[in-house]
Amino acid sequence: MMLAADAAQLSSGWFLENAWLIALIPAIGFGLIIAFGKKMPMKGSEIGLLSMAASTVLASGAAVQWIQRTDSADKGGEEAVGLIQAFGRSVPTVSEGGEVEPFIEPVVSTWVWWQNSGLEFGIGSSVDGLAILLLWLVAFISLLVQVFSLDYVRGDRRYTHFFAALTLFSAGMLVMVMAENMVQLILGWEIMGLCSFMLIGHWWEEYPNARAALKAFFTVRVGDVGLLVGTAIIFFGANQWAVDNLDSNGFNIAAIQAWALSGEGSHILLLMGAIALFIACIGKSGQFPLHTWLPDAMAGPTPVSSLLHSSTMVVAGVFLVARIYPVFWQGFNIDNGGLSFIAVIGGITIVIAALLAFVQDDIKKVLAYSTVSQLGYMMLGLGTGAWLPAVFHIFTHAFFKCCLFLCAGSISHSASHHSFDMKKDMGGLRKKMPFTFAAWIVSTLALAGIFPFAGFWSKDEIIDNVGNNGYDFLLIVGFGGAALTAMYMTRATYLTFFGEPRGAAAGLHDHDDFDDTHAEEHEMELLTVGAPEGPTAEEAAADAPRSLSAATNTDHHDDHHDDHHDDHHDDHHAEPHESGPLLLIPILVLAFLATISGFANATPLGEEWESIKKYVEPRPVEVPIEDYLAQGAGESLQLVMPTATGDALTADDGAKVCGFETPAAGTVCFFPAVTHAVPKLSKILAATATVVIAFAVAIAFNVAYYGRRNKHLVGLTERSRTLRGGYLFLKNKYYLDALYENVIVRWVAHPIAKAAYWMNQKIIDATVDGVGKSTRRTGQWVYDNIDQKVVDGAVNGSGFVASETGHGLQPVQSGKVSQYGALLFGAAAVGAIVLVIVNVS
Amino acid sequence: METLTDQNWLLSVGVFLPLVGVLVMMFIPRDDESTHKTIGIVTAGATLVIGLITLLNFDYDQSEKLQFFVDAEWIPVINSNYTVGLDGISLPLYVLSMAVTFLVMIYTWDNMPDAGNPKAFYMLMLVLQTGMAGTFVAQDLILFFVFFEVVLLPMYFMIGVWGGENRKYASLKFFLYTMFGSAFMLVAFLALFFQTDAVSFGFAHLVDAGASVDRDVQIWIFAGMFLGFAVKVPMFPFHTWLPDAHTQAPTQGSVILAAILLKLGTYGFVRIAIPMLPEGAKAWAPVIGILAVIGIIYGALGCLAQTDMKRLIAFSSVAHMGFVMLGIATLTEFGINAAIFGMVAHGLITGMLFFLAGSVKHRYHTLEIKRLSGMLVQAPRLGWILGFSAMASLGLPGLAGFWGEFPVILSAYNPNFGLSEELFRTLMVIAAVGTVLAAAYLLWLYQRTAFGEPSDEFTSGHGSSDGDGAHHGATPQPVGAAVNDDADHGDEIYDVTPIEWVAWTPFLVFIVVFGVYPQLMFQVIDPAVTDMVARLGETLGP
Repeated sequence: MMLAADAAQLSSGWFLENAWLIALIPAIGFGLIIAFGKKMPMKGSEIGLLSMAASTVLASGAAVQWIQRTDSADKGGEEAVGLIQAFGRSVPTVSEGGEVEPFIEPVVSTWVWWQNSGLEFGIGSSVDGLAILLLWLVAFISLLVQVFSLDYVRGDRRYTHFFAALTLFSAGMLVMVMAENMVQLILGWEIMGLCSFMLIGHWWEEYPNARAALKAFFTVRVGDVGLLVGTAIIFFGANQWAVDNLDSNGFNIAAIQAWALSGEGSHILLLMGAIALFIACIGKSGQFPLHTWLPDAMAGPTPVSSLLHSSTMVVAGVFLVARIYPVFWQGFNIDNGGLSFIAVIGGITIVIAALLAFVQDDIKKVLAYSTVSQLGYMMLGLGTGAWLPAVFHIFTHAFFKCCLFLCAGSISHSASHHSFDMKKDMGGLRKKMPFTFAAWIVSTLALAGIFPFAGFWSKDEIIDNVGNNGYDFLLIVGFGGAALTAMYMTRATYLTFFGEPRGAAAGLHDHDDFDDTHAEEHEMELLTVGAPEGPTAEEAAADAPRSLSAATNTDHHDDHHDDHHDDHHDDHHAEPHESGPLLLIPILVLAFLATISGFANATPLGEEWESIKKYVEPRPVEVPIEDYLAQGAGESLQLVMPTATGDALTADDGAKVCGFETPAAGTVCFFPAVTHAVPKLSKILAATATVVIAFAVAIAFNVAYYGRRNKHLVGLTERSRTLRGGYLFLKNKYYLDALYENVIVRWVAHPIAKAAYWMNQKIIDATVDGVGKSTRRTGQWVYDNIDQKVVDGAVNGSGFVASETGHGLQPVQSGKVSQYGALLFGAAAVGAIVLVIVNVS
Repeated sequence: METLTDQNWLLSVGVFLPLVGVLVMMFIPRDDESTHKTIGIVTAGATLVIGLITLLNFDYDQSEKLQFFVDAEWIPVINSNYTVGLDGISLPLYVLSMAVTFLVMIYTWDNMPDAGNPKAFYMLMLVLQTGMAGTFVAQDLILFFVFFEVVLLPMYFMIGVWGGENRKYASLKFFLYTMFGSAFMLVAFLALFFQTDAVSFGFAHLVDAGASVDRDVQIWIFAGMFLGFAVKVPMFPFHTWLPDAHTQAPTQGSVILAAILLKLGTYGFVRIAIPMLPEGAKAWAPVIGILAVIGIIYGALGCLAQTDMKRLIAFSSVAHMGFVMLGIATLTEFGINAAIFGMVAHGLITGMLFFLAGSVKHRYHTLEIKRLSGMLVQAPRLGWILGFSAMASLGLPGLAGFWGEFPVILSAYNPNFGLSEELFRTLMVIAAVGTVLAAAYLLWLYQRTAFGEPSDEFTSGHGSSDGDGAHHGATPQPVGAAVNDDADHGDEIYDVTPIEWVAWTPFLVFIVVFGVYPQLMFQVIDPAVTDMVARLGETLGP
């Protein structure tokens, strides 16, 4: 084996070995902004931008070197084949139609972070394809969003803090993505939660914002119970095995992967660990039933929504599942086509979130539910064994969803007076904001999965693989979700860009100080579409544009706030217009990527197009342990290439080992042999047709409904009981919030806490007081009846002396105290003697 | 027990140096307030320097062994010796006690409680320091007991004289309750002494000999120690003195109480009860674990019910010490390591929170949560520090609190020595739910006090708020005597003062340092704990 190791070394490089800098730079940037930001000419934003730019450069360098590393391994792989043949094994070479794809080991640099019970645990960077993909993605998107924020929050009273928090967030996410072990992952995970809290509550003077921030942190924290418990379960499951076999420990992610696939962990343990960890993912990635915090999180500034709450942070849960996929693979029996918890939750989330998107008037909330729904797709993919498309969807989704949010921000910034209410303040903006409109359309098509935009290549791949892996019902759910996506995006597009301009978009200024937040829920009675009365302002003449939501919103923001929008100081009274370059450039870059990024893994076009598969998906091959052992905590290493042994054939050849059978002795697997659907034209056509039909239906309906062309439709939810019931059910978000807030939180926070406190005061404390009094009486009796000489023994020395000192210092009370003290000690001494006599004899 | 004996004067000087300061202060008239303050601070500073020298001379490669060891004859008639020494378990707490006292004294320079008389106040704090440091280095039961009780009196007077309105009740309750526990503890100490042939009170001897005591006897003796230490920790249901004592104590008293005094109890478990009585510890571990977890949930619920900020922080101590005790109850290296880390972390974080409560009280003259609002507007730095401390307290990774919490939860999955896994795994899940409740009460506190607009009560007549954006500018910062002027209600709400910065910065820095690089402390603690648990294993088997 050493021969093989010497023969073929994986290339590494400076960027890969120092990948930890990618996270460290923003972390230092955060410190600098906090320390010096306010004194800088650009209020600290330049530090944020510089650090994100540096991270992006380093991440790009690392990506290039990772690609070289993979290529070098594949070249080396052929040499390795030769060696293996020399050892007498027969492996089909490339020329014979077989394929040897060696496992590409992550590049690890770690330092000792903490130790316990003699084991040392590390912190550092462990870079493989998945990590590289997300490192680059997070650094790049963070950079774009910071550029966007320069103008968007200009003049904000907490401008510096805003950039500090954004930068810290990026650091946290990067730490998590490159995590070498579970504790480091938790570190990044929770830092992101903190930043999410800080940024949602950025304008905390407003109660709804503070409340949304609290709700987000708290809901995610509920899920985090699962993270702590799951990490504990996995640690103790894997630790001994990892120490014995890999000279590692039960926190190490590679060790966990290997252990899960080693066949030596008990299935029940893996199942419990997987369930616990997935609960954490439900909280973080907004899956049903803990998704309710994500729409409320839209109370934060739009750049925050676009960075944290759509493209990066919320995929942390998806990332966690993808990262330690073997645990879920084995725990949920994905290998046997079992209907996994993950797939079920993902499927439910797709549909329920997409339905909710139909009843939102707030453009950001439409996008938020869309995000929830798309995260459901990713989970669905992971839950059914479609690892690659799910991870690819993280990649593409980040671009188009971030772009959509930035478009919404651009609209509110330049056209709708910081309102996000589509019915009230938008409409007909396509001519006034051509670039924003174009970017929005491109991203919408990408989201809906129209050829050739990005979503087509990733989402349809998920759906295809779900079906391919035998989940027929979930396949239908996937199609249904795709149709719904097209429909609600049509509705949002229509309301925003078509029809007649309304409210602010029409240049009306009757609610200048409109609120950004919308965190409050309106009275549902007010939310009837098509109610007879006109818009809010009287000066809106007969031909003035109508507010589609009629009587809504009139009462909901008037009394508070005068200044919390100095972040949007400009254009308060300008006509709707296109945004400036600092806003448009990030949007257009993202729109461009939303157009082309799908080609990073265009499976239907053939294998040479599958870059993500080649460079990101870990290879399901058995790796000899002795090669792997070369890495340990405390050093930065260039690793030797582990050679492929045995049946290192691709899964499609039917010789699945990793994830299906116990790996051969002396070898470990790090990734299960997932299957990949072979693209078929018919399926692609079916998916495309579904979406196109959905678009057509939705466009027709929207024109008829919102354009008031069809009298039968107007006010339908008013007239039909069934429809109205369904509408209210959706409007109230399935009453989940009511359950959480009015039932659970209110009960714990009020009656239960009060009852506990009552018990504390009236029972436990009353007992203490009672015991005190009766002790005094008993003590008196003892004092009267027991010989004082016993008390005077060696026993009471110090305490008694101390009481006497007290006597001297403070005559007010200490007389009593020393008396009590003496009595207590008397009693104690007697007790001691009795105990000793009993025990000695 | 092997010992290292070089530079063995360090500990004795470190422990008794504060008494020199007390002696000097005795001869200086009471009116000379700043002299007293100066002497107090200088003495505490000198003590801290000794502590730092100890820190530097400590041999970290042998942190499982007692260092700076002294064993001199003291009370021959009962075979009690003056035995002091320091290992990896004691070291962090020993130095922490010195640092906290020093910083509290600096804080007192500007923030003398209403009752005045700095002479007595500083003298008491110095005596307290001797007691605390002595407890952490004592290696003889009687010596330990003496120091343990020495702590009581100064704290009693601090609460009783400088406390709030209900101080007499609170101080008496504190004193008697602790005394009550101590009595049982002393019984247990004596019983253990006689059971081990009445040869010595030395820890080393008792650890060797205690294991051979009959199991039933061990359980009884452990019960006595349990009462003594559990009251001090305090564990549910012996905690009711704590909220009263904390609420009534002056800020300084609360900080020292939370940062150090509570740790005497948990330290007692780790240092005395468990190593000396392995069988007893094993029998009691489930009880301790259950009570600890009840404390976590119950303390958190108590927090949610509070309307007073300081009382809320006091209840949060019950919950946090529950985590520490759960870690100890597992009898694993993992749990005990984390417990000791948690002691230090809790000392820093909750100490900091009590400082903040004191400062809020100074500025707003109330701690009633519903009257406080918009602290971030009126005193942004104060508000930020409160947010930081709340985040640390709820166990955010990257800050010190996490390392006292997460490994504890982890360790409960796999308790040592055949303790019931079903029980402890249940406890683990409940304790993990406790972290959610911790987030709930801390963030709720933060939302109510720091977010929003300041209430009219504290803004009227000052025009420093209400939408003109000016409230983010520098607020005037009165220093010195003006701060002590509690008389007129409705002072300008000022931000953190320089003295407060001096006293608080070390707390904040070390919360971050230990959070970011926990190995600093774990590498000291871990060998000692591993050694201790290995000894337990000799008796209890694998």
